[in-house]
Amino acid sequence: MGQRVLMKGNEAIAEAAIKAGCLFFFGYPITPQNELPEYMSRRMPEVGGTFVQAESEVAAINMVYGAAGAGARVMTSSSSPGISLKQEGISYMAGAELPAVIVNIVRGGPGLGSIQPGQGDYFQSVKGGGHGDYKLVVLAPANLQEAVDLVTEAFDIADQYRNPVLILGDGLLGQMMEPVEFRPLPERVLPPKDWATNGLRNHRGHKNVVNSLVLQAVGLEAHNIHLQAKYARIKEAEQKAELLYCDDAEVVVVAYGSTARIAKTAILALREQGHKVGLLRPISLWPFPENAINTLVSTVNTFLCVEMSAGQMVEDVRLVVNGRRPVQFYGRMGGIVPTPEEIATQILESMGVTNHD
Amino acid sequence: MKGGLSMAQVIFNEERCKGCELCTTVCPVKIVIIQDKYNKRGFRPAGVSDMSKCIACAACARICPDVVITVEK
Amino acid sequence: MTKVFGYPESLTDMPTHYCPGCTHGIIHRLIAEVIDELGIVDKTVGVAPVGCAVLAYNYFTCDMQEAAHGRAPAVATGIKRVIPDGIVFTYQGDGDLASIGCAEIVHAAARGEQITTVFVNNGIYGMTGGQMAPTTLPGDKTSTSPYGRDTVKQGFPIRVSEMLATLDGPAYIARVSVHNVAHIVKAKRAIKKAFEYQVAGKGFTLVEVLSTCPTNWGLTPKESLDKVQREMLPYYPLGEYKDIEAGEKK
Repeated sequence: MGQRVLMKGNEAIAEAAIKAGCLFFFGYPITPQNELPEYMSRRMPEVGGTFVQAESEVAAINMVYGAAGAGARVMTSSSSPGISLKQEGISYMAGAELPAVIVNIVRGGPGLGSIQPGQGDYFQSVKGGGHGDYKLVVLAPANLQEAVDLVTEAFDIADQYRNPVLILGDGLLGQMMEPVEFRPLPERVLPPKDWATNGLRNHRGHKNVVNSLVLQAVGLEAHNIHLQAKYARIKEAEQKAELLYCDDAEVVVVAYGSTARIAKTAILALREQGHKVGLLRPISLWPFPENAINTLVSTVNTFLCVEMSAGQMVEDVRLVVNGRRPVQFYGRMGGIVPTPEEIATQILESMGVTNHD
Repeated sequence: MKGGLSMAQVIFNEERCKGCELCTTVCPVKIVIIQDKYNKRGFRPAGVSDMSKCIACAACARICPDVVITVEK
Repeated sequence: MTKVFGYPESLTDMPTHYCPGCTHGIIHRLIAEVIDELGIVDKTVGVAPVGCAVLAYNYFTCDMQEAAHGRAPAVATGIKRVIPDGIVFTYQGDGDLASIGCAEIVHAAARGEQITTVFVNNGIYGMTGGQMAPTTLPGDKTSTSPYGRDTVKQGFPIRVSEMLATLDGPAYIARVSVHNVAHIVKAKRAIKKAFEYQVAGKGFTLVEVLSTCPTNWGLTPKESLDKVQREMLPYYPLGEYKDIEAGEKK
């Protein structure tokens, strides 16, 4: 601790997981996250952990289900098409209330898409992806230090709420190298895993069952009400966002992940020229940082959402803003990464747009 | 034990029985029958017609899918 | 009076939802007897499938996990890697194991995962109302092969035990039947051997149990057992297909 190490994003995320006490990793190769399972295959034996390259992303998420159900801290990683494969297992984990960390290093889509970065998995991440009424806590880092910190915190959040947590990265973050420090975080009170099927039935005196099947409607409704109450608690406590230069901003750019980082460069340049621009950077995509947006609605003129997609997060911004201010959108798709210049141009064009236009 | 066979007995937990009749097909001394009555679940449970002939082979117990039968001797 | 045959402790006393005469009940009991005899119930975790046995977690007294359809071997892999001293078994039907779960069982076997799979093969999808399965015999009528399984359009059945026995990962693969008392006794021996091999850390073990589905076959329970003997045994020969202790493959 206290020492900064230059690491590639995929590897830094893996090391952060290990340092957070994750000793089980199940994954499958897919670009652009291959360095993560490869790193795990080297590191896990060194720390007495377990690495399994599963036969598919489907198998991997089910191994995660089993291991999480047995009480371990466990991770899997993949990229967009592989995360699609995991949706069944993720829904089962949410239903069975199993903690785990899932990493999505997003690439271009839909379908086989491309291997360049993208942000087209926002809907998949926060609106479901899998079937049923459930939510994942979704955390979106914008740099590698933040990725390391969020991965560390993700295991605690997962254990505290008995819920899977998704780290939404992208190909840029996965591949870039930055100095990172593996540092401890404020401690959370974590409940004991007395529900786990850990092979110690004699210590408890009763059997444990990990399950998401509730065939009677009355029982399943009660279970869903319980899950919704949990999600309400998470919404209260776990919203995360960064606000930059928002106090006097006329235009606030809303962006997350790598896009936010590029937007920040544009915003700093525009500020030098005297333009009143700010950045609202959601860090938790679920729970969506409604509180932060609501504090800005009364003071800004317009919001400009920038995403590497056809426009997904913008819908949530519009939902929260609820017509009180215009919400504009700029996006690039297909793995194209916007430049600071083009974002700056969009910001300038968005100025002066009011509700009367 | 005095002479002859010991007191073998099979005990049928009639409320578990689903009347599948498999036990009636395997008894070597042919004493397992379906009774002319219904249990609470609406099945006609199996039973024994002549316990004195039971040899405690447990064939009926082994083929029963519902663990209806226990065997003692 | 001594007890010759009693109720296994590893089975809960909950009456099962299985159809009258369904061999699931017999096979559950055999597994429970084996767990009792090996004294392992406290450290055993079973993985229930999707199929008629989806509620198996209600019938065993050990820890249980419910898996997604076909995924039990992957779930079992995750459990066993976390608790290597535990005993982990999966209980799967032919749709679960040989259709949607075919990759998972092949790879768990190939990796030599230290788990035991009890594969209940009745050549049909019972729970969902009698559809064709990968192990449905040619000519058999099911709700999705209403004219009888046509091997030209619907392919041939899969012989799982033979297929998995070609892999180096498994320690014990056997096919047994429960169509009469003598075979029930042999089936239990195979299941016990499979669990014993896991206790001894020998590798992946699987016992395929030829089973019935009276309801969807449209037969009485007794007629169903006869169908196993008459029609399934010739296509799915019984025997030990792999045994690392035996030196020679069958």
